[in-house]
Amino acid sequence: MKITIGAVVEGGSSLQYRTGSWRLERPILDHDACKDCGRCEEVCPDSAVHWEEAGFRIDYDYCKGCGLCAYECPEEAIQMIPEEK
Amino acid sequence: MSRTQVLEGSEAVAWAVRACRPHVISAFPISPQTHIVEQLARMVADGELDAQYVRVESEFSAASVVSGASAAGSRAYTASSSQGLLLMTEVLYASAGLRLPFVITGVNRAVSAPITIQVDHQDTISLRDCGVLQFYAESAQEAYDLHLAAFKIAEAPDVLLPVMVCMDGWILTHSYEPVSLLEQEVVDRFLPQFRPVHFLDVNHPKTWGSYAEEDVLMEFRYSIQRAMEGAKTRIREVFTQLGELTGRDQGGLVEAYRTEGAEVVLMAMGSVAGTIKEVVDALREEGQKVGLVRIRCYRPFPHEEIWSAVRGAKVVAVLDANVSMGSEGAVSMDLKAKFYGRPGAPKVFPCIAGLGGREVAPEVVREIIRRALEGDEAEDGSWQPYWAGLRPEILP
Repeated sequence: MKITIGAVVEGGSSLQYRTGSWRLERPILDHDACKDCGRCEEVCPDSAVHWEEAGFRIDYDYCKGCGLCAYECPEEAIQMIPEEK
Repeated sequence: MSRTQVLEGSEAVAWAVRACRPHVISAFPISPQTHIVEQLARMVADGELDAQYVRVESEFSAASVVSGASAAGSRAYTASSSQGLLLMTEVLYASAGLRLPFVITGVNRAVSAPITIQVDHQDTISLRDCGVLQFYAESAQEAYDLHLAAFKIAEAPDVLLPVMVCMDGWILTHSYEPVSLLEQEVVDRFLPQFRPVHFLDVNHPKTWGSYAEEDVLMEFRYSIQRAMEGAKTRIREVFTQLGELTGRDQGGLVEAYRTEGAEVVLMAMGSVAGTIKEVVDALREEGQKVGLVRIRCYRPFPHEEIWSAVRGAKVVAVLDANVSMGSEGAVSMDLKAKFYGRPGAPKVFPCIAGLGGREVAPEVVREIIRRALEGDEAEDGSWQPYWAGLRPEILP
């Protein structure tokens, strides 16, 4: 790694940091209860919820386990469970 | 190729800035700097200069505006004095770290309290550590020339640091002298458009000044220091180029004035050099071996040039128009740091002269030279600062 003049960093470099390792609680999405409203995707501060063909998917590489998605979900389709390592 | 006009020093600077075609100018009034930005405001209002003129609510904002403008890829300019410059301090450290090449005029004025508008170098000297290059002008003409050089040096890809052109308040900003101005097309050839290495762009987002910890911060600081030292080559080159255009040779990083074979060399910055040259000429007539080294570029500190100019002298008497309270003048400290341990280094006689507008008249300079020759240092060899022209009778 080399430093840059003025500490200028190109966009997208935060992908190198797998901040999912900070997580204490893991959100589990119940696809049967989910109505695909997309509220979780909107509120996720880490852009760790993605829409895919089979429904919403949580990217555990970057989800820090803040629980906003579970709090906001109108269907209570997301449960936070303790992370075990 | 040039025309000569009788101009106020502030006007001369405004003409230089105008010729450099800045995109953004930020301004906040403070004496004695105000005439410069007033002239620039007039030029923008009259359509002579196509620049965004931003009137801000403080000097902190003035520095922040040029910092942001520079990051967006603009050539940017501001000016201030005294407390105003000190209010910019935090932003100037950040701007150097972000490697933003704007130019700022530091119109020298003493720092409160007690409040005063008189000239000394305490304000700009207090900013010597922040990573901003500092030039000091002796005349309005030199202030004009230094501003043209400043943008070119600041924007050089191997420098990329802010440059501050310092000039004595009132003495230079408010007096009139004939100033030779270059034609616009000559300046345009000398100073092409700013080509930033990085710039803020919504279509290509990036982070500036990203967070740095103990594994890299030291290297960022080192690269500023390396850019500063490397800037010396660039400064010499640009001063020479400009000298060829103007036909004026005001010196390089320093001006060595009659230093050949000098026993005593005076060292100073700014307009006081005019008086010192008069005294040097008079004393040389009388057969005394004295000379002057005038520092034109204070940061980076030109110790190589100084060494060449003063080697062989017995004493270098430094006139500092500033004092680091609890120690002595900044220039004498710099000089001693570079001379210490070098075989054949002259002694350094630290003088505090010209604080708060106290006049440094020819007889004050003569007295400094007399003391330097006499060598009134203490028995242990240490030489306490001499406060030239101090009035001990009015001390409480």
